[in-house]
Amino acid sequence: MSITPASQLVIPKLKKYTMDTLLSRGVRLDGRRLDEIRRVEVKPGYISRAEGSALVRLGSTMVLAGVKTDIVAPFPDTPNEGVLVVHAEFVPLASPGFEPGPPDENAIELARVIDRSLREIHAVALDKLVLEAGRHVWRLFVDIYVLNHDGNLYDASMLAAMAALLTTRLPAAVKEGDAYRVDRSVAERLLPVNHSVVTVTLAKLSNKLILDPTYEEEEIADMRLVVAVSDDGRIAGMQKTGMGYLSLEEVSQALNLALTHSSLYFNAIREQVMPYREKLEKSLGQEARAEEEPGSSSAVASKTV
Amino acid sequence: MGRIMVRHRDIVVPGDIVAEGRDVEYKGPFLERYGAKIVALITGLVTIEEKDGKQVVSIIPLEGAYIPRPGDIVIGLIEDIGITHWDVDIASPYRGILTVQEVLDKPFNPAVDSLKRYLDVGDYILAKVLSFDRSRDPLLTVKGEGLGRISEGSIIEVKPSRVPRIIGRKGSMINMLMSETGCKVLVAQNGRVLVNCPSRDLEEILVLSIRKIELEAHTTGLTERVKEFIREERRRRGV
Amino acid sequence: MTKGDKPRLITWEVKDGERIAVRHDGRLPDQLRPIRMEVGVLANADGSALVEYGDTRVIAAVYGPREAIPRHIALPDRAVLRCRYHMAPFSTEERKSPAPTRREVELSKVIREALEAVVITELFPRTTIDVYMEVLQSDGGTRTAAITAASLALADAGIAMRDLVAGVAVGKVDGVVVLDIDELEDNYAEADMPIAIAPSLKRIVLLQLNGVLTREEVDKALRLAWKGVEEIYRLQKQALRSKYIVYEAGPGGGAGR
Repeated sequence: MSITPASQLVIPKLKKYTMDTLLSRGVRLDGRRLDEIRRVEVKPGYISRAEGSALVRLGSTMVLAGVKTDIVAPFPDTPNEGVLVVHAEFVPLASPGFEPGPPDENAIELARVIDRSLREIHAVALDKLVLEAGRHVWRLFVDIYVLNHDGNLYDASMLAAMAALLTTRLPAAVKEGDAYRVDRSVAERLLPVNHSVVTVTLAKLSNKLILDPTYEEEEIADMRLVVAVSDDGRIAGMQKTGMGYLSLEEVSQALNLALTHSSLYFNAIREQVMPYREKLEKSLGQEARAEEEPGSSSAVASKTV
Repeated sequence: MGRIMVRHRDIVVPGDIVAEGRDVEYKGPFLERYGAKIVALITGLVTIEEKDGKQVVSIIPLEGAYIPRPGDIVIGLIEDIGITHWDVDIASPYRGILTVQEVLDKPFNPAVDSLKRYLDVGDYILAKVLSFDRSRDPLLTVKGEGLGRISEGSIIEVKPSRVPRIIGRKGSMINMLMSETGCKVLVAQNGRVLVNCPSRDLEEILVLSIRKIELEAHTTGLTERVKEFIREERRRRGV
Repeated sequence: MTKGDKPRLITWEVKDGERIAVRHDGRLPDQLRPIRMEVGVLANADGSALVEYGDTRVIAAVYGPREAIPRHIALPDRAVLRCRYHMAPFSTEERKSPAPTRREVELSKVIREALEAVVITELFPRTTIDVYMEVLQSDGGTRTAAITAASLALADAGIAMRDLVAGVAVGKVDGVVVLDIDELEDNYAEADMPIAIAPSLKRIVLLQLNGVLTREEVDKALRLAWKGVEEIYRLQKQALRSKYIVYEAGPGGGAGR
């Protein structure tokens, strides 16, 4: 059952007033313009134990995503596709408002929105993760770990998930009788990726739309609209979250902002993730040559951004 | 120039535009202005009154919970007993509080005496609302003429929104009910009705009549129809 | 059934020299399914409604405003809204476990947030308003039918609201943007966009997009949804009024309920 939350943060009326006045002049409490995002920092390969990982900092929001893999039977309705699982943990160390326990509705909603944004546009080439159709396929777990919550968890988590997937190396699948075993000592190929996707979150505050809201701004905001944008400029998902409403004009304005400003996150992928991906690709190529194996299906979608 | 888009006694539902124009007057919590429009917030009956040559619109809800108002007479059910107060169910989202000072005229010493001796769980009381502002639970009193424990009769629960209709304009409906059935009827503001009837049959007829009023509260000519109904039932049952 | 066996969902017919898209059930792209609504269907609830969009059938009940239990969940300045969207085990092709799924947790949340935008919770501080929605039969568009039913049940309970909320799902099927998609269309849709609107106030209170659309297609989908929602809104008002109009039949009308 979903219950009206008690506000975590009591915002002093005076501060709210200051915020409103600033917003009407097009500035925010931290000096940013309404459409300005905080500094983005992406560190791919942060967890060497994981098949893929990335640490994202968006201002002081910090999200870590890791990709782990195993081999399972496919779902009966998709025998020719690998399996993608997205899970989010709002770890208690990330905020005084987070508590230990199973994911609450906010964590579940975030994981599901990211899952859909990846899935619907076929960001990951799940059809290239089949070992034996109908019997053995790769399963990808994308685990999103929120480490510090200062707002805009959607954009930071989506970026972390995307960066982790773009730098995921699939281990070797060793056939043993009728089954497959994962051999993580050998990285075989990069995860095949068709598209990059980012989300752009707009918060509605004093009837203005702002990008990349901080925790404080989110607490005062009427609602947020999360817009997933693909690297080919299509809209790959939307989610209104929070108690308020939008007019038709505001939706239109939000979509325009999301489409134009998605480039900020795509730039971060291009500048901070792709060089690492290329490095991984090269090292895989060298390993393959060293072992004198025919370059195993490194059919990586290099068209990605 | 303002324009009222509904007629007196029309049924409105949330979102209905009742009037347009800044100079239209309205009252009560069930209408709200959005720009030039005045919008209904609840399912109810439109009332249009003349005041100082101007028309004033308001809505009488057809459904909804009982919200206490100071001065209301309510019928409460004792639910729990504390050290120096009773918790009283008054058929409302807010629980009534009856303190010992509002029951006894003498000093009360909880060390040697128990509230249970005066009012017990399960007792009905007739009480008056002393104060209420939604931020604290309503305080009740049974000090006053006719107030206190209810020792005889039956209680019928009706929708609180139907209370004005059961009483009728200047008591027309309730007086008709009493004279036609010979029962004594007391309608509390919280939708509980206390009845004392000369016979089982007459009580049944009264209950059926009250249910009929509840169902048809928004219609016109109801008093006459209910009177007809009671006479027909009495003829049929021979009482 | 695998996703490989995609049926043909749109056929093109020529009528008066124009190409017209016809859907698998014979509907045009901008056509709703037959919609039925009934208010006050559960005697125990303070408000209730049954809503059908074609074969999708949802029942909603409202209890409240009532005393908040446990007391610590109460808020000092407004009522707490509690919402549960749930699917009956027999509502789907394969039995659905009655335990709440992640999907149901998410939908309960987005529906609650949509209703919070219209319910005037400030009128009843320290109380709860409970909204329960059960999908009895599922054929696509269950969350939007649920919110339509929930808003009727709230109005039936006499809870003050700024407007009713009407919902509908728009989708893109075989490249065509269509109104009120059913389950078959949803299974193979390129996009499914559930939306709920408070029409009188022109406020969008629920908006999701599962799938991929271009900017122009989103605009088209929004326009189509708006048209559908206005028709659903008209039916909602009719259903609420008809509860009272029935008894105007005359003397003796409206015995028992």
